Amino acid sequence: MTDIAQDRSANSGSSFAWFEKSREKLPAIIAVIGLIALWQGIVWGFSVPTYMAPGPFEVLGAFQENAAVLFNNFWPTFFEALLGFVFGNLIAILLAVLFVHSMTAERAFYPIAVFINTIPIIAVAPILVLIFGNGLAPKIIIAALICFFPTLVNMVRGLKAVNPATLDLMRVLSATNSEVFWKVRLQSSLPFLFAALKIASTTCVIGAIVAEWIGSNFGLGALIIEATYNFRSPLLYATVFTAALLAVCLFALVSIAEKYFIRWKAPAVH
Amino acid sequence: MAVMDIAEDAVSASAETALAVSIDNIDVRFGSGDAIVTALKGVSVDIADGAFVTMLGPSGCGKSTLLRAIADLVPTSNGQIKVHGRTPEEARKSRDFAFVFQDATLLPWRSAIDNVKLPLEVGKPGPAHADPKELLELVGLSGRENALPAELSGGMRQRVAIARALVTRPRILLMDEPFGALDEITRDKLNEELLRIWQETGTTILFVTHSIPEAAFLGQKVLVLAAHPGRVKEFMPVDLEFPRHLAMRDTMEFIQITAHLRQLLEEC
Repeated sequence: MTDIAQDRSANSGSSFAWFEKSREKLPAIIAVIGLIALWQGIVWGFSVPTYMAPGPFEVLGAFQENAAVLFNNFWPTFFEALLGFVFGNLIAILLAVLFVHSMTAERAFYPIAVFINTIPIIAVAPILVLIFGNGLAPKIIIAALICFFPTLVNMVRGLKAVNPATLDLMRVLSATNSEVFWKVRLQSSLPFLFAALKIASTTCVIGAIVAEWIGSNFGLGALIIEATYNFRSPLLYATVFTAALLAVCLFALVSIAEKYFIRWKAPAVH
Repeated sequence: MAVMDIAEDAVSASAETALAVSIDNIDVRFGSGDAIVTALKGVSVDIADGAFVTMLGPSGCGKSTLLRAIADLVPTSNGQIKVHGRTPEEARKSRDFAFVFQDATLLPWRSAIDNVKLPLEVGKPGPAHADPKELLELVGLSGRENALPAELSGGMRQRVAIARALVTRPRILLMDEPFGALDEITRDKLNEELLRIWQETGTTILFVTHSIPEAAFLGQKVLVLAAHPGRVKEFMPVDLEFPRHLAMRDTMEFIQITAHLRQLLEEC
């Protein structure tokens, strides 16, 4: 056979691979440690008061002291963000499917979707709090709203991004529209969808926190407001880091799902 | 009178069954209003059942368009096409033909064998179909059944595409520059293998190419098309015996044939 293909199982010995991998991560680890050291250095060197900007050790202390408070406020924000993520993306995906099947639907609703996206989320939040009260509902809706648009745009693009020759092939095979959808469009949209889901995984946390600022007595957003007004800066920083951790966790989950669903994408080629 | 009609019908019916494709004075136009482009004008050609016909012409001569019209991918605006006596649409629905594109058009998330099985999963596949595993063997890919397209070379992907086209046991194979994007060594090898597959399966093959040696080497007949508008220049038989081997391309006979084809193309 003259044809030569790349070998998938080209990985060498496992211990060597582990060493290689940790060596790849070494610059990032050093950079993080360096930044923390710089932060501590500035706080010490300029004798910055704690209420203005606490040092890393004070923040670490706040984590220890307020572990229970942080933990109790973590869960509401987590659920708001997660449910917002699920509903916002689900609606966006279903709408994208509708758009691809019906030109009329796309023409009717796409401008409305764009309009909704142009309203600043911080301006919608009070309206929703007035309608739905102080519970979980307005937070979930705001988190969903912030996820919705990028996913809609990407999913529409993804569903349409099918190689024209592949569509010709399906026509020669007399495939029905639904066969084209399930066998071709859905799979080829996945890279686009996951690009959007990665954005949504971090923005849904922003949505939940912004919603909690407007009117809430629980969640990381409420804790941020409370800590700020009481000059409890170490707690404020600890809360911000917790929120970031939440977003990173959601991002990691999406990345793992992406690896599982898009195993076919050749890393070397694309 | 009535007797004569019946007799005539019988004659034309038996003539049609011996023809894989019969094209009668077709026009193909693209666009509308002032921007109408006539891609094909008054094209008539008959292709015998079991034949290997190559289609050659300068770019813009509509050779791919003609193939796509036979495949019901492009509508004709005049005349008619019959595929084994039926319209292209009927032929497409009953899987009389299969199409191989320049790009292998494999679904990247499916393994080689699953790509070959695709025609059996969509539309209304007939009961008669070939064994996908045997087909991959036929195209020289046994052992790579579970490889993903990204793990295969360009030549291997095109082999999978040919296996996929053959899985429904089509009577006609329509190939639109299938080896156009491959390097010369791979192309030569696939040319020889395609002839072997043609002889083993007995399928009619219509093969579009822009390579003169490829057209002469593969075809029993070469359909030469002229451009602006696309029309038949000549339907030339190639007097080379089968089985053909790559070495035949260095013979005087072959060189004369390609020289003649080149001359025809220059006149186009």
